[in-house]
Amino acid sequence: MTSPENYKKMVEEASPNSKLAANTIKAFLIGGLVCILGELFYMLLRRLGLPEEQVRMLVPVTLIGIAVVLTALGIYDKIARHAGAGTIVPITGFANAVASPAMEFQSEGRILGTGANIFKMAGPVIVFGVGSAVVYGVVYWLLEVRF
Amino acid sequence: MAERIGLNTIILHGKPKISAYAAVGGSMEGDGQLKGKFARIFDDDTLGQDSWEKAESFLQQAAAQETLNIAGLEPKEIDLHFAGDLLGQCSASAFSARSLSIPFVGLYGACSTMALSIAIAAMSLESGFAQKALAGTSSHYCAAEKQFRQPLEYGGQRPPTAQWTATAAGACLLEEGTGQPAAGVPCVSQVHFGKLVDLGVVDANNMGAAMAPAAADTIGGFLRDTQSIVGDYDLILTGDLGSVGSDLLRQLLLNDWGVDLSDRHNDCGNMLYRADEANEINAGASGCGASAAVLCGDILSRMARAELKRVFFVGTGALLSCVSPLQGESIPAVAHGILLESR
Repeated sequence: MTSPENYKKMVEEASPNSKLAANTIKAFLIGGLVCILGELFYMLLRRLGLPEEQVRMLVPVTLIGIAVVLTALGIYDKIARHAGAGTIVPITGFANAVASPAMEFQSEGRILGTGANIFKMAGPVIVFGVGSAVVYGVVYWLLEVRF
Repeated sequence: MAERIGLNTIILHGKPKISAYAAVGGSMEGDGQLKGKFARIFDDDTLGQDSWEKAESFLQQAAAQETLNIAGLEPKEIDLHFAGDLLGQCSASAFSARSLSIPFVGLYGACSTMALSIAIAAMSLESGFAQKALAGTSSHYCAAEKQFRQPLEYGGQRPPTAQWTATAAGACLLEEGTGQPAAGVPCVSQVHFGKLVDLGVVDANNMGAAMAPAAADTIGGFLRDTQSIVGDYDLILTGDLGSVGSDLLRQLLLNDWGVDLSDRHNDCGNMLYRADEANEINAGASGCGASAAVLCGDILSRMARAELKRVFFVGTGALLSCVSPLQGESIPAVAHGILLESR
């Protein structure tokens, strides 16, 4: 009888791998496009005469808005199927990760459905994002006090 | 009366017959390889319901209703109803059974449920505990994604080994047999319940690989018990290992049992969707509804036309839970076989 060890090797051989090269190129291009879009908004808003501080807030808000609308229209996941990390890593990915469970769990009601599940996907990012910010803050504080 | 042979095979001498059957599905399923073979196609994924779970219940109810319509029977004329699905607590089956008012037995065999429900219904008929029994199952892509994976609109990538849960349901009406396969009516003549087999696959995105060892164990064990060879069957139909699992099944049967499936094998996971949908479908169809649609939509009617006369149908199920992969558990799988015969 085939042992689990041998079977593991058989499974590895039989299972096709993800197309790493093609996926990396697509992620780079589409992720890059998202960044160019952000840069274009930045230039446009600056040209409209808005102060730097407001523009820095408005650019991510615009990208988040676009990502949420595309998620609601069922387009975001179709782009992401090709883009992979290219649409997950930018702020648009975070917006999608919050909007998609909010839509999915509507059927369980506003509070225990949408409310309880809205951070289902983004929760780990928030937990570890805030956690690492605390660590960074402590290190920064120590360096500042010490030196 | 039934007789047990070998280690695990049960012979049903009465040969309970499958007198009516129907498959229903979503638009992608209806436009695939089984185009035109569904009793009913629902173009809208929601089926007019306000949740995916309700949509799946409706789908399963539609399959049961179509089957009863074909048989020309009222629900009250049915003695027992066996059904199962993938949703928590078998809710799609239970909720759809509400409107039928037939004594109901819920089953959980994951994607093996079509074979499991037919096997148990056939045994009930053989033993005389029922004269007419309904067996059915369903799955819905959106409901399964919501429960087992990610929200529908979440922008993630699926690995090439992942399978696509079918939005489909199937139902069969079984009646007491006469001891002989009747012309135009497929019957269940043997049943082989599978053991739980686990060769350590932990990747929940590679169900085909997790289930192939169970399928090999059931096919190998059945051929041993019945002292038959692959050539004795027109088709050995597994459901649903997909392309990766089918490949592994062939290797396991050859290595461990010395059995060459040659051209007699097909898998429901490879028979539902069109090949040009490969980009999204990846390794093939899965879900209880995949083998239900292939069996009730295609195979049984081909048997009724005597294009196929002896089919060993092996439903395969990966019996993981939503939390077990996260707890590092490997995926136990089971495969239940039924020998279908026609004349």
